[in-house]
Amino acid sequence: MTAHPTELAKQAHVATPATLMLAVDEMHCGACLRSVERAALRIPGVDSARASLAAKRLAVTYDPTIAGEVDVIAALDRIGFAAAPIETAKQDRGDARQKYLLRCVAVAGFAAMNIMLLSIAVWSGEGGDMDPALAGLFRWLSALIALPTVVYAGQPFFISAFAALKGRRLNMDVPISLAIVLATGMSLYQTMLNNEQVYFDAAVTLLFFLLVGRYLDESLRVRARGEAQNLLSLQSGIATVVDQDGTQRRVAAHALRPGDRLLVAAGERIAADGVVHGGKGQIDQSLITGETAPATVKTGDQVYAGTLNLARALDVEVTAADSATLLAEIGRLMMAAEQGKARYRRLADRAAQIYAPAVHGLGAATFIGWLAFGASWQTALTYAISVLIITCPCALALAVPAVQIAAASRLFKRGIVVKAADGLERIAEIDMVVFDKTGTLTLGKPQLIEEEELSDTTLAAAASLAAASRHPYAKAVVAVAERRLGGVVPAAQVVETPGEGLARSLPGDMDERLGSAAWCGAEHDGGEGAEVWYRRGEEAPVCFRFADAMRPDAAETVRALKQRGYAVALVSGDRAGVVARAAAEAGIETWRSDMKPAGKIAWLEDRQKEGRKVLMVGDGLNDAPALATAHASISPASAADLSQRAADFVFQGVKLAPIVEAIGVGRRAHRMAFQNFGVAALYNAICVPLAMLGFVTPLIAAIVMSTSSILVTLNASRLAAGGRS
Amino acid sequence: MTALAWLIPVALFLGALGLVAFLWALRSGQFEDMEGAAYRALEDEPPDDDDIG
Repeated sequence: MTAHPTELAKQAHVATPATLMLAVDEMHCGACLRSVERAALRIPGVDSARASLAAKRLAVTYDPTIAGEVDVIAALDRIGFAAAPIETAKQDRGDARQKYLLRCVAVAGFAAMNIMLLSIAVWSGEGGDMDPALAGLFRWLSALIALPTVVYAGQPFFISAFAALKGRRLNMDVPISLAIVLATGMSLYQTMLNNEQVYFDAAVTLLFFLLVGRYLDESLRVRARGEAQNLLSLQSGIATVVDQDGTQRRVAAHALRPGDRLLVAAGERIAADGVVHGGKGQIDQSLITGETAPATVKTGDQVYAGTLNLARALDVEVTAADSATLLAEIGRLMMAAEQGKARYRRLADRAAQIYAPAVHGLGAATFIGWLAFGASWQTALTYAISVLIITCPCALALAVPAVQIAAASRLFKRGIVVKAADGLERIAEIDMVVFDKTGTLTLGKPQLIEEEELSDTTLAAAASLAAASRHPYAKAVVAVAERRLGGVVPAAQVVETPGEGLARSLPGDMDERLGSAAWCGAEHDGGEGAEVWYRRGEEAPVCFRFADAMRPDAAETVRALKQRGYAVALVSGDRAGVVARAAAEAGIETWRSDMKPAGKIAWLEDRQKEGRKVLMVGDGLNDAPALATAHASISPASAADLSQRAADFVFQGVKLAPIVEAIGVGRRAHRMAFQNFGVAALYNAICVPLAMLGFVTPLIAAIVMSTSSILVTLNASRLAAGGRS
Repeated sequence: MTALAWLIPVALFLGALGLVAFLWALRSGQFEDMEGAAYRALEDEPPDDDDIG
């Protein structure tokens, strides 16, 4: 941008206002909206603040010499809203495309209404007492409205069709573009000759409805992408940086630089990748590795952004921040995988591959045939266009969506949400099911096992110690105690030593301990890790064992999948021993452990090279890229938000049976889509010859189109009505 | 029939007016936050009222 010298001089005094876009979590109502805006406006130097409830974002313009983005984030933090800055460049592109499509819809809608107004008058006056000169004038007016509309609002289709043709492919947009262009061009020619076969109304109305569909599709996509971005930004938020002189300041996570020293309080997420510099603690890495048991970290250990500090404040030296962190890498992997999946052609597109040449061939045959029989080329072309109009949009536009809507509503009643439009088609093709372990095959929460061996007094004492800790094992003990004893009295002055356990001194130089075998002085060290010991004074230590409980029908579901001929595998970020045991329990022979997100993707890609089509079942943020890579994917409703967004399906409840149901319905929907193509083809087989013979007026075409549409819809509704899959 | 000579231009003009109004609304960001707008209408105090009270 260039500014006038005098303007530049003015701006030297008043600094250019900076703009900032923040993702704001937990903003749900009008009151939240108001308080967020007020809090931002109260900061000196902030010129304007406007929050969007739909996008859960806040746009702020401020004077960078007075205020900074950290001031805004801190102000929101004070009133209880977590906020994080968002790179604006990325979101603008999607927004711009969405607005462009909406403008096209508006223009096409305006044109369609006005042309229809004129052409209804012309059609109803035909053969009656309408002055031919007036009808001609109306057709010219229609042309005047239709031509600029087609040129402007048809672009989304023309550009896509042109790109497809350039790549030597055919997609849905090719016959659409051809029909629109030919209908418009032919109508214009007929108008010039003052003939009656003018179809501007058909061309523009078709354009309008197709654009509405395209816009709705795009707006859903932009919204999902925006939410994923919000989530990624919010994972790290703001951090406390300790300067060399010991002063602390709050800094936005993306402003951190390698070498900064962070103070991470207990219960806070670590804002950047780094190395522990002081202290010993426990962190929940499930976001990155999927492992539920907290990892113990000490000086010199690597920690990752987005992980949760459980026990004690940590001093962390930043090694990678912002877009260089592992968390950002996961985000990038997922976006890349999603773009890869966009390459899969939708069923409708693939049908267009077969169908479009047929439509074009028939149109061409009509044209050549009529010419051969001595008709004028105008007549021949008019009939060819009516063949194109009758065949292409109707069958393809309804045969598949009608089935998909029916299948989606059937699955919805059974607690499965279909998220990707083409998910049903892809799930029908799979031949292998890959499970993640934690939270997918299992419930993702450690549970106390063999609890009947514990006495009430031991349980009560252990639970009162455990109440002081955030550790998942401690929480499990408290949960059991609350259920069995009806309540827990938290003990006072409990000291937690990260990685080892809890302790409290008792009168008489004794102490009470809950923690690892070594911590309690127990002789047996299980090695399996899933146990906690309790010791009071000099009494013998008591063992508490834990297991991540399997989902109740895991083995049954695996058996059902195998019976239907699917290969089943288990791929997890967890340790080998735990994964092997879970695999054995569920009856899965193929398993892999210690897989990082990138490793999972590589493994899935190897299977794809073998020609397998994989259904990925996963729940953690670490599974999100794998979910996006796999041919089809499904997540439990308890999964991380980002994984649910990456997945094609989301299922409710603790059972795995919905997976079998989803595959079954997907296969039926696939068959039914082809039946519908059959119905559409039959109607075309009757209707197209008539059109080719020149008997089809727009009125007949309309009746036949809607009849075949109703039949196709009725057929699809059989799927929703019931019957076993 | 002469009525058509001015009725049609008027009809087209009014339609175009609606289109222009919509495009203006779109450009000025009135469709950015469809949910928040519903709550803003219920707000008793005028916007940016910190000095009015």
